Amino acid sequence: MSAAPVADAPRGNGLIGLLPVALALALFGAFMTAVPTVAVGDPIRFVWEWVPSLSIALSFYVDGLSLTFALLISGIGTLVFLYSNTYLAGHPQFARFALFLTGFMLAMLGLVLADNLIALFVFWELTTITSYLLIGFGHETTKGRRSALQALFVTGAGALALLAGFILLGAVAGTFELSEIVTQGDALKAHALYLPILILVLAGTFTKSAQFPFHFWLPNAMAAPTPVSAFLHSATMVKAGVYLMARLHPGLSGTDVWLWTLTIAGAFTAVFASVLALRQNDLKQALAYTTLMALGTLTLFLGQASGYAMTAFATFLIVHSLYKAGLFLVVGCIDYGTGTREAEILGGLARAMPVTAAAAGLAALSMAGFPPFLGFIGKELKYAGALAVGSEPLIVAACLVLANALMLAVAGVVAFRPFWRPAGGVTPRTPTEAPWPMLIGPVILAVMGGLFGLYPELLQGALVDPTVASLLGSTEDAKELKLWAGVNLPLILSIVTVGLGLIFYATHKRLRNLLARADAAAPNFDRGWDQFLAGFKAFAAWQTRMIQPGVLRTYIFATFLTVLLAVGGTIALRGALPGLPDLSDVTAQNVVLVLLIVAGSLLTTVTDSRITAMAALGVVGIGVAIIFIVFGAPDVAITQLLVETLVVVLVAVALLRLPSLKGPAFGGFRPWDAALAVAIGTAVTLTLLAVVEAPLDRRLSDYFEVASWPEAFGRNIVNVILVDFRALDTFGEIAVVVIAALSAYALLRTTAPKDEP
Amino acid sequence: MNSIILRAGTRYLAGLLLLFSLFMLLRGHNEPGGGFIGGLIGSTGFVLYALACGIADARAALRVLPQNIAMAGLGISLLAGIAAGAFGDALFTGQWLFIGASGDDKGLPLSTVLIFDIGVYMVVFGSILSLVFAMEEEI
Repeated sequence: MSAAPVADAPRGNGLIGLLPVALALALFGAFMTAVPTVAVGDPIRFVWEWVPSLSIALSFYVDGLSLTFALLISGIGTLVFLYSNTYLAGHPQFARFALFLTGFMLAMLGLVLADNLIALFVFWELTTITSYLLIGFGHETTKGRRSALQALFVTGAGALALLAGFILLGAVAGTFELSEIVTQGDALKAHALYLPILILVLAGTFTKSAQFPFHFWLPNAMAAPTPVSAFLHSATMVKAGVYLMARLHPGLSGTDVWLWTLTIAGAFTAVFASVLALRQNDLKQALAYTTLMALGTLTLFLGQASGYAMTAFATFLIVHSLYKAGLFLVVGCIDYGTGTREAEILGGLARAMPVTAAAAGLAALSMAGFPPFLGFIGKELKYAGALAVGSEPLIVAACLVLANALMLAVAGVVAFRPFWRPAGGVTPRTPTEAPWPMLIGPVILAVMGGLFGLYPELLQGALVDPTVASLLGSTEDAKELKLWAGVNLPLILSIVTVGLGLIFYATHKRLRNLLARADAAAPNFDRGWDQFLAGFKAFAAWQTRMIQPGVLRTYIFATFLTVLLAVGGTIALRGALPGLPDLSDVTAQNVVLVLLIVAGSLLTTVTDSRITAMAALGVVGIGVAIIFIVFGAPDVAITQLLVETLVVVLVAVALLRLPSLKGPAFGGFRPWDAALAVAIGTAVTLTLLAVVEAPLDRRLSDYFEVASWPEAFGRNIVNVILVDFRALDTFGEIAVVVIAALSAYALLRTTAPKDEP
Repeated sequence: MNSIILRAGTRYLAGLLLLFSLFMLLRGHNEPGGGFIGGLIGSTGFVLYALACGIADARAALRVLPQNIAMAGLGISLLAGIAAGAFGDALFTGQWLFIGASGDDKGLPLSTVLIFDIGVYMVVFGSILSLVFAMEEEI
């Protein structure tokens, strides 16, 4: 969605708009104070117990890696909050937006700081949910809703796999604390469950970080307001997957599976995405694809374990967040000032929007990797890292050269052409410069890209070295960030990149047409997703038609058939046929009771009067209640009797208004129903006999008998269990009772809307 | 159903059933009874009243919507469970107060467990009545 144009100068949203800015800024300040401690190699750890019985704790761990992320999140968050306060000024739902975005930031901070796997997972899902709400902020449009749901489904499905992976990981390592798990790397890698853990965890991180083939949701997520894209889909959320892979790197990396999966997926995503980036006409879409490229590159480096690769990872992580968030904000300014984001139309904006143009230019130079920007250092390190790759370094380096050349071309399309080249069409609005709160963010981010390029040592000791230490255990292998490293292979590759990139930029219109044709022929994942969903829905509809056709008798038949297959199947497979029971202590009284019940059931099945059937069923129920009394369970017996009474009343109310059971639909012998009834009766009988055959485990009943009076001050064990020992279960049950009653009430009411009592 | 005998008898029976249901509820911790059974008995009283005198009269006698009773009961049970947290115990741990206890005599025992059971009573009572009333009215 595009920004709502406001005629007079926007004034923000008052306190609601400034509160998140203050919060983010305070958090940023707090994290900055932790830098000196962490930089000298002292991680900080906080622990609050949460569910100690499941070894789940709210523990937080601040080391180089998490601190880098925390600073990026809170720092870029501050600028984005300030920006959106103007961008969405006067939007009727701004308060909701501010709440979602603040919630997202806090969840993301929790994610990168959490030391407990389960806590991390909770924060992970909180980011999924808040990002769903943010992508769907423009929920009036079908596209917005679809994109939000797609992101939720893809990342949510990955998160389920991730949870399974976490539980396995915790079980294997014997702890859920990440800081302890990563020290057990060798044991983990030797364990039989290593491969399942790796597959499940990577399923979660690849979906979150949009690695091929799960990449399709990220470009669609651009349906979100631009500041959201700048924050979530460049600097933070999509990097959550990268963060987790980095966090687990010391524990899980170093095997061939890890190396090849991450290298291939990362390299392929990087090249694939940068090719597609050039094809986009919408500036925001182009940036979305270059984000995919960055995520691929980061994944690629995490596959390795060399000092070069890790330094490249840490540097590029920061570089990318700075220039990408800046460029997204710039695109937001363009959209705000002109009313369009289409590359074909835009041009000549430098005169009308000088500050935006300057910020865009600086960020783009960093993105394209020109000296003296941080992007240049990042690129040199990338090449050095690629050349240090253990296997096939030339192919990896070639992939990176190609991807970076394409990035340079995209940087030109996004940040050079709209400002300095003649316009291709007329913009919806006369271009005007964005107000200052929207310019601060891009300018600061762009200037920082240059500043850190000139003084890389600022970054080196504070963030890059500690991050490498988190990954490798020490800073020994961390490489130095240098603007001029002499004439070496990376420098030559850089020159090749610039040459290639300029060629791509010069020919990008022709390339775009070519790519459009190729893209139309290639399989489309986004459309595939629609087909998948349609197929899934069709399957669900078919299944519902089969087993829930609206005829109650079919429902019951299906239910009992399932029970029969489950129970009877188990008995047959296990060969668990019980022996003949010992009948010596059966009394005449018992026999009479059983005969009563059997007679009642038989009468229910053969009668053609509803009232007789109900009464006969009542006999069965009361017979069962008497059995409870005979065997000393008065509470159960009373409940059974009362329920029986009430059921007769309820059923009578309904059934007596129905036609009689006579007639072709009901009369006659129904062999299938009879066969199923007999079979299920047999299966249940066999099961009960088998249960009785096994010696009764009295540990629980003994415990309750002993503990009931001294611990819960009650002599009626059944009730004490209900309201004290297992009160939580009871609470769940009464919640179900209320929900069932309300649903039934609602269903009854929908048929005949009468006046509300 | 229109029967003078049933209506006349129900006046007393319904009241007795309600009283009996409270008795069952309160004695439940030591003798057969408790919230589930109490709620069932109490609702039987009102179901009987509804059958004899009509739903409108039964609703008027109840004064409150049965759904609201059920939901209030759920809330009361939840609060009784959460209350344990205020005493530093795990949720749903019973908290006891023995008024006038001396030696082996426990005096008058009051507890969050009892409050929880009262919530169960209200849930069962309210749920059944909202169902029965709705069915009688709609079908």
